[in-house]
Amino acid sequence: MANEVCFKNHHLDKPWTLQAYQSTGGYDVWKKILNKKTQADEIISELKTSCLRGRGGAGFPTGLKWSFMPRNAPGEKYIVCNSDEGEPGTFKDRDILRYNPHALIEGMAIAGYTMGASVGYNYIRGEFWEPYEHFETAVKEARAAGLLGKNILGSGIDFELYTHLGGGAYICGEETALLESIEGKKGQPRFKPPFPASYGLFGRPTTINNTETLASIPSILQNGGKWFLEIGKPNNGGAKLFSVSGHVNKPGNYEVPLGTPFAELLEMAGGMRDGNKIKAVIPGGSSTPMLPGDVMMDVNMDYDSIAKAGSMLGAGSVIVMDEKTCIVKALARISYFYYEESCGQCTPCREGTGWLSRVVNRIENGAGRPEDIDLLLDVSKKIEGRTICGLGDAAAMPVSGAIKHFRDEFQYHVDHKKCMVSAA
Amino acid sequence: MVNIEIDGKKLRVANGAMLIEAADEAGIKIPRFCYHKKLPIAANCRMCLVDVEKAAKPLPACATPVTDGMVIHTKSTKAIAAQKSVMEFLLINHPLDCPICDQGGECELQDVAIGYGDDVSRYSEKKRVVHNKNLGPLINTDMTRCIHCTRCVRFGEEIAGIKELGMTGRGEHAEIGTYVAKTVSSEMSGNVIDLCPVGALTSKPFRYSARAWELRQHETIAAHDCIGSNIFVHTRHEKIMRVVPKENESINETWISDRDRFSYEGLNSKDRLLTPLVKENGEWRETDWDIALRVVVEGLKDVVDNLGAASIGTLISPSATLEEMYLAQKLMRSLGCNNIDHRLRQQDFRDQDNAPVIPWLGQSIKDLEQVDAALLIGSNIRKDQPIAGHRIRKAAISGANIMVLNPVDYEFLFPVTEKIIVDPRRMSKELGAVAKALFELIGEPFPKGLTSLLQDVQPNGQHKAIAQHLKAANNGTILLGLSAHTHLDFSTLRALASLISDISKCTIGYLTDGANSPGGWLAGAVPHRNHKQEKITSDNLNASEMLRSNLKAFVLQGIEPEKDCANHSLAVNSIDQAEFVVGLSMYKSDSLLESANVLLPISPFTETSGTFVNIEGRWQSFQGAVSSAGDSRPTWKIWRVLGNLFNVDGFDYMSSEEIRDEVRSFSGNIIPKNKIEWQCPTALQNNMDGVVRIVDTSIYSIDPIVRRATALQQTADALTPAIHIGEELASRIGLMDSDQAIVRQGDGEVTLPVKIDYRLPAGSVLIPPCELGGTYLGHEYSEVKLEKI
Amino acid sequence: MTLSSKDAQTLSATQSPAQSKKAKAANSKLDLLSQNVCAEIDQWLAKYPADWSISASMPALRIVQDSNGGYLTTDLMDAIAEYLDVPAISIYEVATFYSMYELKPVGRHKICVCTNISCMLCGSDEIVSHLKSKLGIGFGEMTGDGKFSLKEVECLAACGGAPMMQIGREYYENLTTEKVDEILNKLA
Ligand SMILES: Cc1cc2nc3c(=O)[nH]c(=O)nc-3n(C[C@H](O)[C@H](O)[C@H](O)COP(=O)(O)O)c2cc1C
Ligand code: SF4
Ligand code: FES
Repeated sequence: MANEVCFKNHHLDKPWTLQAYQSTGGYDVWKKILNKKTQADEIISELKTSCLRGRGGAGFPTGLKWSFMPRNAPGEKYIVCNSDEGEPGTFKDRDILRYNPHALIEGMAIAGYTMGASVGYNYIRGEFWEPYEHFETAVKEARAAGLLGKNILGSGIDFELYTHLGGGAYICGEETALLESIEGKKGQPRFKPPFPASYGLFGRPTTINNTETLASIPSILQNGGKWFLEIGKPNNGGAKLFSVSGHVNKPGNYEVPLGTPFAELLEMAGGMRDGNKIKAVIPGGSSTPMLPGDVMMDVNMDYDSIAKAGSMLGAGSVIVMDEKTCIVKALARISYFYYEESCGQCTPCREGTGWLSRVVNRIENGAGRPEDIDLLLDVSKKIEGRTICGLGDAAAMPVSGAIKHFRDEFQYHVDHKKCMVSAA
Repeated sequence: MVNIEIDGKKLRVANGAMLIEAADEAGIKIPRFCYHKKLPIAANCRMCLVDVEKAAKPLPACATPVTDGMVIHTKSTKAIAAQKSVMEFLLINHPLDCPICDQGGECELQDVAIGYGDDVSRYSEKKRVVHNKNLGPLINTDMTRCIHCTRCVRFGEEIAGIKELGMTGRGEHAEIGTYVAKTVSSEMSGNVIDLCPVGALTSKPFRYSARAWELRQHETIAAHDCIGSNIFVHTRHEKIMRVVPKENESINETWISDRDRFSYEGLNSKDRLLTPLVKENGEWRETDWDIALRVVVEGLKDVVDNLGAASIGTLISPSATLEEMYLAQKLMRSLGCNNIDHRLRQQDFRDQDNAPVIPWLGQSIKDLEQVDAALLIGSNIRKDQPIAGHRIRKAAISGANIMVLNPVDYEFLFPVTEKIIVDPRRMSKELGAVAKALFELIGEPFPKGLTSLLQDVQPNGQHKAIAQHLKAANNGTILLGLSAHTHLDFSTLRALASLISDISKCTIGYLTDGANSPGGWLAGAVPHRNHKQEKITSDNLNASEMLRSNLKAFVLQGIEPEKDCANHSLAVNSIDQAEFVVGLSMYKSDSLLESANVLLPISPFTETSGTFVNIEGRWQSFQGAVSSAGDSRPTWKIWRVLGNLFNVDGFDYMSSEEIRDEVRSFSGNIIPKNKIEWQCPTALQNNMDGVVRIVDTSIYSIDPIVRRATALQQTADALTPAIHIGEELASRIGLMDSDQAIVRQGDGEVTLPVKIDYRLPAGSVLIPPCELGGTYLGHEYSEVKLEKI
Repeated sequence: MTLSSKDAQTLSATQSPAQSKKAKAANSKLDLLSQNVCAEIDQWLAKYPADWSISASMPALRIVQDSNGGYLTTDLMDAIAEYLDVPAISIYEVATFYSMYELKPVGRHKICVCTNISCMLCGSDEIVSHLKSKLGIGFGEMTGDGKFSLKEVECLAACGGAPMMQIGREYYENLTTEKVDEILNKLA
């Protein structure tokens, strides 16, 4: 079973058009809601049944998140979609924007209705010009068809949808940095509390969801929460997009039920390239701790199973590394990324990410010192849990993960001033 | 209220308070860098991490609201580990050069490092180097030391209201600065020096001149505006090295203006008068006090005996202390002279008999931030009284309707609801229109005389809006500022303002010049009332009349007549023609050297004890911080000796406190009222011919000390002599930016560069006090003629 | 050189001269923004609440950068600040925070090569060294003829097509050295 939710139009010609979308029942849910004035509680309860968990990385139950919004409070409220897609290894939202923008629009409109917001913003990363144009075209189509705007289809309901383009900053994927960025400022995360549901965009109650999360909404409401839950497994409802990259034959996005064995996913992605052996897998994007290949071969792709194996499903960004990969080099590149992308506001992250990056780099370059490996563990421990936002943790976790499973490679680098893999 | 426990101490604290506030209140010290109680919370330094039971991670005390039953450990292993690691991170890129850092000895980082830092840095990479920024003459930067706490940025955004500093770049490359070389222009900018916890932002004038532990600290009161900010003067070897704020929640909170911070440079000016001087045959000669005082006594006696005491004029700086003003008037009146005044810039005295006992703010300074509507009449509150401006700004930010009627479109850093900027000659008409709109709104009949006065005044939408806001206010105020006080039509403005206050139920308040003008009224340093508030009905010339009466002698205290009086050329000429002039002065200023016969060196506020009464009526006494420079003497002592030399009774004071208490005994039960009885002005000023001059004594030329503060004189707020002119008027006369033009006013004539100034309405030009080649211009709001050259 | 009373009267309008500050501020840099640029910024401004003009800072920077050959100057940033009526430093902050804004001249074609983990695993090192030697420039540099500049970028969310690069608005994926040559040859 594949391609049932966000990718369900994939087989159609020009799946991004309104016509294609509507041919599979697109906007039926939205129209029904407008027509019947469905109770918000009813929608939220359906989402709770579905066990949809946020697809942006943290996996927070969406139904619960929506229930936090003070939807009857007077004044404007906002629904914001996070299409910043910056975590290395992740490239699924780009395809939703390109191939199924209407599912996202419908999902956002429903979210707006449910949470009493009449304005939505889709934050698309600035480099995504083609996806942005696809999305904007779809918004125009929807508006022209009377599905967005004022008094939609005579229901008395308003929903306006705008795009904001990013400017190149990974941190803007963090939800409060993203809000700052829509407000035209540097993308520096806000300290929470207050949470966006009480003080969000422009100081108003706001809910932020990932592109895939929102694009899943119409299918869930069309087929029922139970249907969605049963695609996946308890507490891990539905199918999810997995972005598979690295040393595989057919890298790409695969929408499969949560709980699918990793081995099966690897199979779909064409198996290991050049017949090499699998060495390590980063299961959820570069911030999640890497796991040894043999561990992964016995793991199922869902939130709980991967957590049990010692990592995180994250955004479902699977980076596969074969036996020829130098783990130290891989970590050096990842650590450099978080150093480069730290927003610079809080001390442990601003100072610590550079420290980590420099030390890993030093080891990689053959200038490592005996105490460096423990220093890395110590510094990452001192960053973790002490920062304003999750970037600090994101920088720390891959370091401890890599050393935990591949300490011997680091040790070899330090001892021999060269790489174990290329030496072999 | 909620119950919490910090380090075993059970506390009851206000709901919504942050942990750090609760701890501070209970005297439990949590280290911090970014948190400052007056700034919005950033929680970025992470130094204040504490261990909260049931929380998985350590939480920042500055940003964690207390909840009932919370149990907090600030010194548990978990808390200390978190704090130590933050300290280690902060130090990896911070230079460890405390011995050469100006902040050494008073550095928050250094202090905390001693408790939390580990001796050996495990960081062996290259340290970050950040290039310095030039922020102008007041603030020195050493940005490699910056720890990114953003206190300075938040100060600009939230307190000063002008965002000039920011954090550019990101991550490790993030830098605090202005991005382009730029002089910061806030009149409160120096506060970032205090806010910066490390040595990144330090005082430029103070730089490298002393180490913190060599300094002695003295409390005193700032002397340049009517606010009376509390300050500490730091001295070394009897020299003032710098000034910093002393916290006083009800006056200046934790801030001071740049003027109060950097004016001390003027105290050590090269032209400081350090010995008594007497003029003999047109030549100045240094002398001792005995001789100098004898010359004074003989000179004045001579005038009194031959021409009568009424031919002496006494002009006193509004920044003189209460004691000085009191003794000056006590002696002069005992000689029979009532010509004594401290209202040097005032021009319209028509209603002075009707004036309040002390014209004051009508409310406390702190109250200003609670107003829900304010009408500023002739006030550049931001620059004239920066601390009051800050309070009004707070009110504006929380939604008060601030409205202005001004001759110059001053830039306020807060939202202004209604703004009427007019030719100064229209001020009273515009105010009349507001009054009329208000009466119409309330539907009350006009009081006596008003109907005909306002006959041809038609309120427009703006006047009506102002009336509406004042009427709707629960806590409104009407403030008469410096340029209302100097206005030729001050009495009319006051009468109308009073009337408006009366029917709108808004408080009326005065914002005056000098550090002690309320003290001037109490001490009897006005011609028409003595210190017992008894009316003086004859031979009582006010400041303006004194200068117009060809008086034979003058006693000048703490002033430079060509800059501190309303009419510059009149003041110089009138004093010049007098036969005997005594100057009690801090400086050898040119005009005094020209016109005086004796110059007595006086000690400024930092070298004497005394009292300033601020605009809210608060008596603030202070002690000198250093001893008198050279042979200069505290002014009250000079008056005491003079009293004795004249054989006047009651001049045997042992201390300034004794004098103060004597004034207290007269003024103890005065309940100052600001409202004045309605007396209809004769007519609204309506002469619209010609171009008039606005003087606009700027923030940094208000008194002799400030005028000599070198760093302040290099800032953008230091007015250079120029003709500021609006675009329309300039093009009408055919003037362009940086042209030269001749200005004629009265018999004065000077050539000045032209500066296009968009803040000015047509019909007026702004020319600050200036002197060129010994000629001076005349007074504010009178006609000038311009000619292009 | 004096005004008649009538002149003075009509001139002393009760309107504040600074009310039209936007058009008049001394040494205004607004003229640097063309009408088209302003019109385009206005379209973005319309998306945000009226008192949040600062929200348009990012689109404005992009639009102005595009109209200025791909980079921003301090004067242009000042003009944007003035147009949006926000402090200049706020615009500098934004322009220096986000990596897509250029503060130095760049080539007509800005080649952005991803070197992040997935691209690295799939051979971005080779692509980078090929580009560097072909163009004779390093990262952050521009060819002498001003045609190309080279920039290292972080993950652009096209890891499924690694290695990849972006030139202008286009993504180019599954790169090989031959494919790079082909792409560059087609660019004018
Ligand atoms: C450093 C950082 C980067 C993030 N980047 C993204 C991102 O690119 N896209 C995304 O959807 N969520 C990202 N997130 C997660 C968001 O903060 C947020 O949890 C998510 O958008 C919520 O949507 P969801 O509940 O639908 O998953 C990031 C979080 C952090 C801490
Ligand atoms: S953890 Fe890093 S990215 Fe997040 S707020 Fe702190 S400095 Fe910025
Ligand atoms: S003082 Fe709390 S984080 Fe800085």
